[in-house]
Amino acid sequence: MTEFAQRIWSSTLARHVLLAAAGLVAVILVLESTSAFRNGQFAVMAYMGIAAGGLTVLTGLNGQLSLGHGAFMAIGAYTTALLLSDWDSAPPLLVVLLAATLVTLVIGAGVGVAAARLHGPYIAGATLALAIAVPGIALYFQGTLGGEQGLTVAVPAVPDWFADVAYFITGNDISSSKYVAYIGWISLIVTFVLLANLSRSRVGRTWRAVRDDDVAAELAGINLGRARVLAFVVSTACAGLAGAVLALAVRLAAPSGFTLVLSLALLSAVVLGGLGSLLGALVGAALLTFLPQVVTGIGLDAGLSDLQAAELAPLVYGLTTMLVVILAPAGIVGTARIAWRKRRAHT
Amino acid sequence: MRTWSRRVTVFTSVLTAGAVLAACGAGGRPDDSEGGSADVVGVTEDSIKIGAHFPLTGVAAPGYSEIPSGHKAYYEYVNANGGIHGRKIEFVVRDDAYNPTQTSQVTNELVLSDEIFAMVGGLGTPTHSAVVDFLNGEKVPDLFVSSGSLQWGDDVESKPYTFGWQPDYETEGKIVGQWVKQNMPDARVGLFLQDDDFGEDGEKGLRQYLDKQIVATERYTSGNTDVAPQIAALQAADVDVVLGFNTPSYTALTQLTAKKLNFDPKWFYSNVGSDPELVGSLLARFSEGAVKDGSSLLDGVLTTEYIPGVDTPDDPWMELWQQVWDEHGGDAKLTNYRVYGMSQAYTFVQALQAAGPNPTREGIVEAIEQAGTEFDGPALAPFRYSGDSHMGISGLRVSELKDGKADPLTPVLVTDIGDTPITEDNSGAGNDSPPEDGIPDPIS
Repeated sequence: MTEFAQRIWSSTLARHVLLAAAGLVAVILVLESTSAFRNGQFAVMAYMGIAAGGLTVLTGLNGQLSLGHGAFMAIGAYTTALLLSDWDSAPPLLVVLLAATLVTLVIGAGVGVAAARLHGPYIAGATLALAIAVPGIALYFQGTLGGEQGLTVAVPAVPDWFADVAYFITGNDISSSKYVAYIGWISLIVTFVLLANLSRSRVGRTWRAVRDDDVAAELAGINLGRARVLAFVVSTACAGLAGAVLALAVRLAAPSGFTLVLSLALLSAVVLGGLGSLLGALVGAALLTFLPQVVTGIGLDAGLSDLQAAELAPLVYGLTTMLVVILAPAGIVGTARIAWRKRRAHT
Repeated sequence: MRTWSRRVTVFTSVLTAGAVLAACGAGGRPDDSEGGSADVVGVTEDSIKIGAHFPLTGVAAPGYSEIPSGHKAYYEYVNANGGIHGRKIEFVVRDDAYNPTQTSQVTNELVLSDEIFAMVGGLGTPTHSAVVDFLNGEKVPDLFVSSGSLQWGDDVESKPYTFGWQPDYETEGKIVGQWVKQNMPDARVGLFLQDDDFGEDGEKGLRQYLDKQIVATERYTSGNTDVAPQIAALQAADVDVVLGFNTPSYTALTQLTAKKLNFDPKWFYSNVGSDPELVGSLLARFSEGAVKDGSSLLDGVLTTEYIPGVDTPDDPWMELWQQVWDEHGGDAKLTNYRVYGMSQAYTFVQALQAAGPNPTREGIVEAIEQAGTEFDGPALAPFRYSGDSHMGISGLRVSELKDGKADPLTPVLVTDIGDTPITEDNSGAGNDSPPEDGIPDPIS
């Protein structure tokens, strides 16, 4: 029996699929046992997690720093909004999610080809320009993209089969906010399985080789440009999917939702959680989602005014970042992992 | 291999622990309140909970973050005097940093977690558009949106729970347009507009009267602080008067840029962009101290008014607001933004009175539709609320700024969207004064 289990674990795919199944069970348990408001927050955590997962692969595994992932989320969100502008003529949700991912992927490929020629801070600069410019496109094409006001998204009704399955498993009726949370988390699990497999495969090893020493990698026969563009494309596809989930959760795609702050928040989530770790990306997304709201709540309970409590949230987030960087320089998950390995090495 | 199984164990236990923790964090009974009884969400025997989203942090915070403090001060005043129908009003404010994504999150929190009875005064056009469908879908009264966009009141069928409050920008544009046409018939007119509903609705009103006189139309995108190209274009078109539908920061920016370019037309700013005190302090800040007495720089600037403000301390409404602020406001100064908040709060209390001793969500909407035009309040012109229209205050007056004070140039003018003619207000809404105790009486 143990031998059988070990054989399963030794297969990367089987291991990841099993983990995904466990994750799905956890998601169902959590979403079913929490309030509608928390469901909404989990939907936010899901899209932040997807985007952060994509970014952590790009930055952690391939060593490219992107400050423009907010812009790619915007592209995904706007694609979704354009496809879901009408209740009646809307294509199935799966098609919408795939379309948003594909459109972003194509644009990401274009940017990736340009970015692959750049190094270090220059990639950051180029993607930074993108983060600033893309929201401006929505303002320029006010007629089709809605300008400052943005486009509202008609979230499709919960399909009957999904409602039936959900009722069969959980015994609860499903609300639209819970439906969106499920979509977000299922997307996240699928994305993470794919990313985890990719990073453990030959492609992932190539990425790491390019990150660690590009000359050595090239000598070993790796096409640097191709590896970089591929990493960039995979990462932007994740951002596109995250944008699509965002559009569903927020029911709106507006330029003010995709400012530079979003791109930086994603990066800070990745750094907080631990570069290159998918679990770290998830931890970072959780911090980003829950910390401000919880801190504001604590501030209000402690008798602070609304204004002070609102200002407390960015303060605590900043302090948390500083503490993590000082005490756990490899990020929360990264440092925990190192400590774990050390302890094992001693015993 | 053993490494992996161990690592997996850790992963699963972290996940489970996380799940358990998150489940604890949810805080109990999600569905209980919807069970059998006829309870109204947010209303108990002795309290009523309302809330709204405001920008308390971020670029839009200066000025706007003061509005909820006005609301709070007035509700505390009402509570200290026994509340409404024995209920104390609790006002929950959530920060959205003027970012629609966050507005959506905090509105979820207000409706689903705080379980508010109604949203009162949610601020901003792009921000509130993100949640207006959700609020109407959940049948949460969405009262007195802090924005003059037409969309809060002109489509009652699709947004039955949403009500505007301040005069919409089209109405303001019409009144400004007519005044300019009558008083400056030969002037070459230039427009300076924010590139969204605000500028668009305003322009629609202005063009009804000034289509032939307008020689230049310039737009700016909120957030881009360089307005030199727009001002230079207006200067090149040789305009005599600039009509600005812009926010306070852009009033300061246009004034400074025009000074630099030696451009000196007559300026006319919509109500939103003309608070002399805020613009004055912004001028001082943007010019890095070069402009000291900012508000005097605005001498001779034209604008509009629809509620009495801090420049008229002898107005009976201002006396009430001052008293309320002194008693419940804290140490900061009373500003026009706080007065705006208190005026909105007054209208909400009126609506609550009208909804009777057992308010329901449908009931308060009906009450405003039925009695809304009768609400006496600080507004200079009456509200337009009815079963067909949820538009707010119906008019305003044109005035000129002198030493930071508004000097009225016209009587209160009222109109409506579309081609409704502009008339002088004869309802007397501008002359009423608050009741003795400062709390609106139930309408009989």
